[in-house]
Amino acid sequence: MRCKRERVIFLQQTEIAVVGGGPAGLAAALEAVKMGCQVTLIDRHAFLGGQLVKQTHKFFGSSKQYAGIRGIDIAKRLAGDLDSGPGKVSLELNTTVLGYYDDGVLLVEKDERVSPLFPERIIVATGAMEKMLLFRNNDLPGVYGAGAVQTLMNLYGVVPGCRVLMIGAGNIGLIVSYQLLQAGVEVAAIVEGDTRIGGYLVHAAKVQRSGIPIYTSHTILEATGENCVEGAVICQVDEKWQPLAGTEREIAVDVICLAVGLTPLTELLRQAGCEMYYVPELGGYVPLRDENMQTTLPHIFVAGDAAGVEEASIAMVEGKIAGISAAGSLRSCTKIDGLLEACRQELHELRAGDTGDKSRRGLEKLRKTMEKRKYAEKDESTGLLRA
Amino acid sequence: MLKKTKVPAFYEHKNGLPHAERMLQGPFALIECYQRIPCDPCQYACPREAIKTFQDINDLPEIDYDRCNGCGRCLSKCPGLAIVIIDSTFSLQEGLVKIPFEFLPLPVAGDVVEALNREGRVVCRARVLKVENAQWQDRTPVIWLTVPKEHVLDVRNLRLIQGDERDGGRYNCLPL
Repeated sequence: MRCKRERVIFLQQTEIAVVGGGPAGLAAALEAVKMGCQVTLIDRHAFLGGQLVKQTHKFFGSSKQYAGIRGIDIAKRLAGDLDSGPGKVSLELNTTVLGYYDDGVLLVEKDERVSPLFPERIIVATGAMEKMLLFRNNDLPGVYGAGAVQTLMNLYGVVPGCRVLMIGAGNIGLIVSYQLLQAGVEVAAIVEGDTRIGGYLVHAAKVQRSGIPIYTSHTILEATGENCVEGAVICQVDEKWQPLAGTEREIAVDVICLAVGLTPLTELLRQAGCEMYYVPELGGYVPLRDENMQTTLPHIFVAGDAAGVEEASIAMVEGKIAGISAAGSLRSCTKIDGLLEACRQELHELRAGDTGDKSRRGLEKLRKTMEKRKYAEKDESTGLLRA
Repeated sequence: MLKKTKVPAFYEHKNGLPHAERMLQGPFALIECYQRIPCDPCQYACPREAIKTFQDINDLPEIDYDRCNGCGRCLSKCPGLAIVIIDSTFSLQEGLVKIPFEFLPLPVAGDVVEALNREGRVVCRARVLKVENAQWQDRTPVIWLTVPKEHVLDVRNLRLIQGDERDGGRYNCLPL
């Protein structure tokens, strides 16, 4: 059968395909380009930066990295570095990776046209998605995810409502509450199921000195209202997170904002056949990988929240590691071991604080599983592994 | 304790405070950072090297009050907005508190505003002495507030007084 000329689809080749242009993907692409690789960076949005483009607050972390710089400016800086770099990154924005084929081909869609891409190495930096919470009427208009509230306010300049109840006192709940206040929106309270605040205390202090109460050991029972949110019923919970009868009270709000955690976006990795492992501390199913961010498929690497939900500064260092190891498996470079070791040391430091215990527990589980697996498969190594 | 009660109680930052004698000698920085998190810009911000060198990026900052002169460089570099500058020697009755403030509209010098504590409760009124909003401060303006001396350790935030309550000229402190 004959095809029309414009229907002919060429197989594009590249050395490294990076899926996702957030902090992890950008860092990975930058490192891989620095090592002389040809990189294709794919993102489904029209802009680079991922979640960074909504982060108007100043970041923590190391001064050697991006501490003290606002997330929005980090995104600009990383994208700028990519522009001014050796120029081997081909950017594919507004482009979605639809799937992975066994022969190593990625199917990508842009402007409603599908084309195949054949990369020698793939770095998956797809990030995470928000978790939902079960309560009565949680489908009423006015129930938002914290990410949606941030997108509306910080990207498009639209406030979600007049008075907000925030569910979750992790960093996202605290930061978005602060940003709501900055946008002139009233925050009625922050509700947290745990007995303590999960996010950084300095973030908590910022909302508390504006008079926002944080109710720990509390949860939401239901959203009230006819056609949209008019209020929320909250109550106290016991140490097993079970509601305590008689502690219910209603708060009048028109927005309920859910900041109850994230789960890694791993569909592509799972479909490609990377071995997955359930680690609740890291947000759900994560791909098994070694300390070079290499998954159980030797040509697929992972970085950022897709590898386990943590902070953006950690995502950037993981991206660096993935970029260096992917490039290192294509090009020989004597500096690689030193570079990787420095990154790993940096990761270790970033996770060593009071709030890093959860990630440390999760990563330890991953490491043990990886070790067991290595032991079991010692004899049937695939040969594709880096020499 | 801190995590559960949430608002740093006074005794919990006593360790961070300079001696009473030092407090009477002039301005100093107070860092309300009580949790080991990976963050280090403050130690590089100090031009007098008054913030002790970190062994680990998660270390809590510790100020050498013999070196600190309350210049405020660290205040503007702290991503957590956790630093204030306190000067109990401002005048006989008043102390000066410099706080980071990222809300619009900004107050202007001469305004009388409500001064809030760590829980967001009004403790007194304060007069705005100066509003710093330089480029190097990167959109975190610093507001200089004069407050009665007994409140210098409590004031952490401000609220503009709306409409006819707004009084630009008269210093008018009403303890609540």
